[in-house]
Amino acid sequence: MKSLDDLKKIREAAQHKVIMRGGTLDSIKILVGMGTCGINAGARPIMTKFVEELAKRNLITVTVAPIDCTGNCDNTPIVKVVIDKKETTYGNVTEKMIAKIIKEHVEGGKPVQDYVLGNKK
Amino acid sequence: MNELSLHILDVVQNSIKAKATLVEIIIDENKIQDTYSITLTDNGYGMSEEMLAKVTDPFFTTRTTRDVGLGVSLFKMAAELSDGSFKISSKLNEGTIVEALFKRSHVNRVPLGAIEETIAILILNSIGTDIYYKHTIDGNNYTFDTREVKEILEDIPLTDLNVIMWIKNNIKDGLKTLKEEDQE
Repeated sequence: MKSLDDLKKIREAAQHKVIMRGGTLDSIKILVGMGTCGINAGARPIMTKFVEELAKRNLITVTVAPIDCTGNCDNTPIVKVVIDKKETTYGNVTEKMIAKIIKEHVEGGKPVQDYVLGNKK
Repeated sequence: MNELSLHILDVVQNSIKAKATLVEIIIDENKIQDTYSITLTDNGYGMSEEMLAKVTDPFFTTRTTRDVGLGVSLFKMAAELSDGSFKISSKLNEGTIVEALFKRSHVNRVPLGAIEETIAILILNSIGTDIYYKHTIDGNNYTFDTREVKEILEDIPLTDLNVIMWIKNNIKDGLKTLKEEDQE
C-alpha cells in the first residue's frame, strides 16, 4: 500500500535525524487554547495552520499542542509560545498572523509585540 | 459549532483529561434508517453518579479558570435539535460512554467536517492517549488506529509533524474512498 510506504519513509528519515536532535528547536512549544471557547472561535484551523507551516519549514521538532481554556475567553483563539520557559501569550490569533509569529518569534527569537494579548489595537 | 468534528474534539478532550489510555470514536451513518450516530468511549477515571447527573449542565465544570462547562451541553443540544438523542453513562475508574444520535437528513444536523484535523489535535495532546476511529456508512468501514501507526513508527513519536501530516492525509483519503464506495 502506497500510503504505508510513505509512513515508513518518514520513519527512516526521522531515524536518520535522531543524531542531530537536541538542538534549540526542541525547547520551543506552541500551545493553542482548545477549550470550548477556543474551538468556537476557530482555534482548530489555527493549530492546523501552525503544524502545516512548521512542517513546510522543516521545523519538525517544535512542539505544537492543545491546552485547556486559560480564562481569556474573550480573546480567543489564544496561542502561547514558550521558549526556554519564557512564555508569550498571543490573543485573537488569525491565520494571517501565523507566518509572522513563526518567522520573528519561533525562528528569530523576538515576540511580535503587536500581537501580544493586551497589545493588539 | 458548525461541524460535528468540533463537538468530538471538545468532548474527547474531556476523556484525555480523565487520563484515558484509549478513546474510541465510532461514527455510524445509516441512510436507510436516516440515522447518524457518534459514540465516544474512553477508559479514563469515569464519573460518580453525582457528577454524571450534573455533567450536561452548562454551569457545571471541573475547571477552575471559568464557571461554565459548555462542551457536553452543546453536543447534547446539537443532537436534540436534530431530532435525535443524547446519553452519557459512566463508571468510576472504568470510563465513560457518550452516545449522540442524530436524524441524518435533519436540516440542523451539521456536517462532520474536518475530522482529520480533530484527530491530529487529539494526538498532539502530550499525554499520548491512543485513538481508535471507525467510520461506517451503510455497512462499509474505514478505521484508523494510532496503535497500528505506532507499530510501524517504532521509536519515532506520533507527534512528529511529518507523521501528523501523513495521518491527516490518510484519514482524509480513507473517508473520501468510503464515501465513493457508498455512492456506487
